[in-house]
Amino acid sequence: MKVRANTAIGGSLMALVLGAAVTAAFWTPFDPLRVNLRARLQPPSSLYWLGTDEFGRDVLSRVMAGAATSVVVALLTVALAIAVGVMVGVVTGYLRGWTDRVIMAVNDALLAFPGILLALAVMIVVGANKFGLVLALGLAYIPSVARVVRGTVLSIREKEYIEASRVIGNSEVYSMLRHVLPNAVAPVAVLATSMFGWVLLAESALSFLGLGVPPPAPTWGNMLAASRPYMESAVWLGMAPGLCIALTLLGINLLGDSLRDRLDPRMAHG
Amino acid sequence: MLGYLARRLAMTVPTLLLVAIAVFTLVRLIPGDPVQVMLGDAAEPAQVAQMRAQLGLDQPIPLQFVHWLAKLLTGDFGHSITDNLAVLPLILERFQVSAIIVLVAVGLAACVAVPAGLVAAWRQNSALDLAVVGSATLLLSIPSFWLGLLLLLLFGLKLKWLPVIGYVPFSENFWQAMVFMVLPIATLTMIEIGVLTRMARAASIEVLRLEYVTHARAKGVPEWLVLGRHVLPNAFAPTWTLIGLVLGHLLGGIAVIETVFTLPGLGRLLVDSIFARDYPVVQGCLLFTAVIYVVVNLIVDLCYPLFDPRVTLA
Repeated sequence: MKVRANTAIGGSLMALVLGAAVTAAFWTPFDPLRVNLRARLQPPSSLYWLGTDEFGRDVLSRVMAGAATSVVVALLTVALAIAVGVMVGVVTGYLRGWTDRVIMAVNDALLAFPGILLALAVMIVVGANKFGLVLALGLAYIPSVARVVRGTVLSIREKEYIEASRVIGNSEVYSMLRHVLPNAVAPVAVLATSMFGWVLLAESALSFLGLGVPPPAPTWGNMLAASRPYMESAVWLGMAPGLCIALTLLGINLLGDSLRDRLDPRMAHG
Repeated sequence: MLGYLARRLAMTVPTLLLVAIAVFTLVRLIPGDPVQVMLGDAAEPAQVAQMRAQLGLDQPIPLQFVHWLAKLLTGDFGHSITDNLAVLPLILERFQVSAIIVLVAVGLAACVAVPAGLVAAWRQNSALDLAVVGSATLLLSIPSFWLGLLLLLLFGLKLKWLPVIGYVPFSENFWQAMVFMVLPIATLTMIEIGVLTRMARAASIEVLRLEYVTHARAKGVPEWLVLGRHVLPNAFAPTWTLIGLVLGHLLGGIAVIETVFTLPGLGRLLVDSIFARDYPVVQGCLLFTAVIYVVVNLIVDLCYPLFDPRVTLA
């Protein structure tokens, strides 16, 4: 019962966000970048559903465009981190020995940085833009993926069916791709789901600090940062992007929980 | 115990060395010439060359690294470009602010989260459990900087109970300093309650299923004693490990909280020096945070047997 409620609420929230993001790629009520100084700081109305900001730009349009940016950045980052992390994890976990020790030493040194700090450090080098952000956040999360995958692979490679595959003469690479990798999918799926949430939060935090996607392009993080001077006089400016981040994270957390319950039934029932 | 300590300490050496290499490389990858940034565009070539020699930037890269590392080991983190202050004292001063916020917040959060997680696990799948898990997930989903802004709006601007901007060092006036710390600490505490409650609940569920719990109940041990004596200590051990990670994570994420509440902490120092292109300070902050993270996890590992006597540090 609880699992189904999680899936339903989480799923609808994520559908809403993805829907807004996709719609924004083709259409927004107003141009999210169009400045209209005659309509500055308008409270929500029938024309501007979520009001306007200090430059008279429509908040609803900007929130939608922000969804598109956040979703694209988060998806690309997760894809990058999973692709590289899975490769590193499978290779080190399967080959072990010398390769494993060297790569894992570097991996653990990277893990010694809190993720967001590593991303921040990389942002200094690559500069504040969308692709720099994907690279920075991707690099920051590769080590944790590599760790999880390596752990899973280490336990899988001791299974009898891997030994059987080796005994009948399959090559190491074939066994790895055909038998080890598919069995690492479940833990990676759970990790990818929570990672989408972390990346989204990290991206908005960096944008909030002014180190993410630079204005005027709207992201939830930089909209929230820009709303600060008008916190009291124009409350809606901070509410819209803040609620968007919170509801998206809630959606992804609930979906992640239901995914975990399904893949790891031990936790679901006592 | 001493043997373990020595080995565990030795393990951190390669990690710290790699961290140092990473930070050193990173700063050298930044586009643009730091000397040009320091002196401005109008600088004479001779002046630039002199500054270069002075900073040792005319030497080969590996040699630069060795010199830099040797200086680090004596506690010399270099000098800030903007105001020529020594970097390490600057970092230590700012770190106090961040450390107080993070430590108090995690401590308070653990005091709420561990009992809440335990009770939720004890009545797993009841309405109470659903309420606890639901609120924890909700807290976990609110970005710290937005929650901070909301609290600031409510308690600072609407109710006017607490100051909106400002900071007084603890050494000057403890109570006044506390007033400025209430909201940042409350913000972080709420978020961390979300993280830790879920962890404590998961750990408690595992423990409640074990045979010695059934055994204790069968012996007629009162339920509160079963929970307090048998489940709580065992469920706390995995949560304790997570607290180490949370502390490190918070140190990384503290910059946003310090930005919201305009506090002069380590995170704000890092972000400000990034904007000012003050690379010695950036380098110092990154390195310092990584070292603290490693040290915190070391301490957490070493304390582990206190909470889980089955683990011996042999």
